[in-house]
Amino acid sequence: MNEKNTLLIESAFKEYYFNRFDLIHVPKRATEREFGYQKFNSGMTRHLVIKNDKELHLLLMKEVPSDVYCSNAYYAFPNLPMSEKDWKGADLIFDIDAKDLALPCRKDHTIFKCSSCNSSVIELQSQCSKCGSTKFETASVMCKNCISESKLEVTKLVDILTSDLNIKKDEIEVYFSGNEGFHIRVTNSDYEPLGSQERADLVDYIMFNGAIPESFGIKRQNNSKSSLPTLEEKGWRGRIAHKLFTSKSKTSKITKEIISSGYTAFQVQLEEIKKTMGVRVDPKVTMDIHRIFRLEGSINSKSGLSKIQCDNLDSFDPFSEACLLGDDNVQILADCPLQIKLKNKKFGPYKNEVVSLPKYAAVYMLCKGLGNAI
Amino acid sequence: MLKIGIKDLAKYPFLTEAGEYLANTGLSLEQLSHPDWKPIVEKAYGRIVVASSGQIYGSDLESLDNDSELLSFIVAIILLKSAGIATLIRRFSLAEARRSERFLQQDLWASRDKKNLELPLKIIQDLFAVTVSIDNDEFVIKVPDYLQRAVHFHEKEWKLVNRRVANGFVYLSAHETVRLIRAELGEYINGKIQSVNIQSIPQGFKQRVEDLVILAKKFSDTTYVSSEYPPCVKHGIEVLEKGENLPHSGRFLLATYLLSKGQTVDQIAPLFKNAPDYNERTTKYQLEHISGSSGSGTKYQCPSCEKLRSESLCFATSDCDGIINPIQFGKKRKNK
Repeated sequence: MNEKNTLLIESAFKEYYFNRFDLIHVPKRATEREFGYQKFNSGMTRHLVIKNDKELHLLLMKEVPSDVYCSNAYYAFPNLPMSEKDWKGADLIFDIDAKDLALPCRKDHTIFKCSSCNSSVIELQSQCSKCGSTKFETASVMCKNCISESKLEVTKLVDILTSDLNIKKDEIEVYFSGNEGFHIRVTNSDYEPLGSQERADLVDYIMFNGAIPESFGIKRQNNSKSSLPTLEEKGWRGRIAHKLFTSKSKTSKITKEIISSGYTAFQVQLEEIKKTMGVRVDPKVTMDIHRIFRLEGSINSKSGLSKIQCDNLDSFDPFSEACLLGDDNVQILADCPLQIKLKNKKFGPYKNEVVSLPKYAAVYMLCKGLGNAI
Repeated sequence: MLKIGIKDLAKYPFLTEAGEYLANTGLSLEQLSHPDWKPIVEKAYGRIVVASSGQIYGSDLESLDNDSELLSFIVAIILLKSAGIATLIRRFSLAEARRSERFLQQDLWASRDKKNLELPLKIIQDLFAVTVSIDNDEFVIKVPDYLQRAVHFHEKEWKLVNRRVANGFVYLSAHETVRLIRAELGEYINGKIQSVNIQSIPQGFKQRVEDLVILAKKFSDTTYVSSEYPPCVKHGIEVLEKGENLPHSGRFLLATYLLSKGQTVDQIAPLFKNAPDYNERTTKYQLEHISGSSGSGTKYQCPSCEKLRSESLCFATSDCDGIINPIQFGKKRKNK
């Protein structure tokens, strides 16, 4: 990122970190966690211990990081190198990102930026019309549909966590990630000691990966003895029963149809069910027991929006509630071929033009690579 | 308070109560080496020989003397400790675990009779800190407790998604419950034997201790190990050749690795001959399953270095040269 852009963004971030102490707190059991941060155009600083809110605020003011992270893991010695930290356990974490959901709307809000001359277009071309370069980078801007689809995944996840895994609602924290999705943190002492492999199996359960027909009563041989789950059952068996039968009166007819179609057909059906009913989380995040995860209250440098907790997921609007930077006007050179809406105000489209924008909108465009400070 | 009888101790001689029972009888080590007790020493020796051959020592608790069942286990431990051969101790621990597993399963099975159920559940709770409860005729354990054990099994039916799960619990049959703790039971017995201290070997035991040393020799013959194998595979082969128990995940590594190097099921199967629980038919069936020639037709891939590290099966050396899967071993070096 060029120096002028960095200066503008840093000043906006600093203002936020200075004014919004109320939103920025260390998580529970902070002294057992590893913290890390990144500065613009610089590498990651890790293995830090931040004991309390005061120390955190001091660091944010002093360093003005582009991104701040904190481990989901608890360590005896969080400031030592990884091999000496002495891992004690970790919160369960989940990442739901709209870009992983393969939504048809993605193409409508993805901008292609020429890697060579930086000009932006909304349709992918074989070469840049301005400079002839064939290399493009992509930037995705906000989309309501992406957010509502991500919310659906969060709802599915919370249902499995509470009903199948017996995790209490007050042990589940849902956060807007600060860009295009949600982060979920579970603090439950039963699940805390699970290692990476155990978490991988748990995430397969949540995603409905690796289910075999036998588990739902369909046998490879001797198919006449097959018996499908009932509507009264819990867990995936109950969920599958509801999906297959829809109502009790149809159970016997549909059961006969499924059994006569055979094992392979049911296997295909399970695969289809997985696509709609399995929760689409990023498995790598949940499996990683040493990850440093974006700190709540901090700003995501991919967008300039904050990672904040969603108390009411249904009504949560990230483009106003997580847009917390200052609103005094700044001038930038904007090249944003799509209209964006922040804090209920519309901006753009802009075709490489100098515009005066509230700081939060200007920073959003700069973070997305759709404008430059002047 | 749960009362543990001599019959229970005959089934589960590794319980702490077994020591208390012995203390109450007033029998000393010296007394046990008296010729009168020779049948017990012979029984103990037989128990080790059966275990070393990979078989499970059969006990008919209805017709046999329960005292001799318990005493022969204790004498077997003394013989094993006196001989001091780790391979024999490991084989014995595993075989005894599998012997007790049968009883545990039977006792769990009798779930309708609450009285019988208390002991197996107490054993599982005390030894492995796992709480098993009963819901109707099924056994239920907490999801995290299940995951920590089931991840060591590669069969798809053990994946959580293929289990009945509700309200934070996994539902299991008696057989599955016991299967889940098999490895820990073996480890527990092994640990118990390791912790025993023998000051001196009683005279009456000396001959059988010497016999055990001779018996152990047949497990120490090592055969050729190719230097082209990565250290994790080498380690697995060495463990098997010593006749020691290689965990399922280690066997899976060997099978998938060697299959990926073009070896056939028939070429690989003999490698497992020395395993304490070797069964030719099962081994072939499993290898065929892994190779994809039977079962679902899925050909299983060699686990990644990361996975092996998490299973404590990685023994990386500088030769590994940053590879991420054992099958890459040696390739990088050749390209240099």
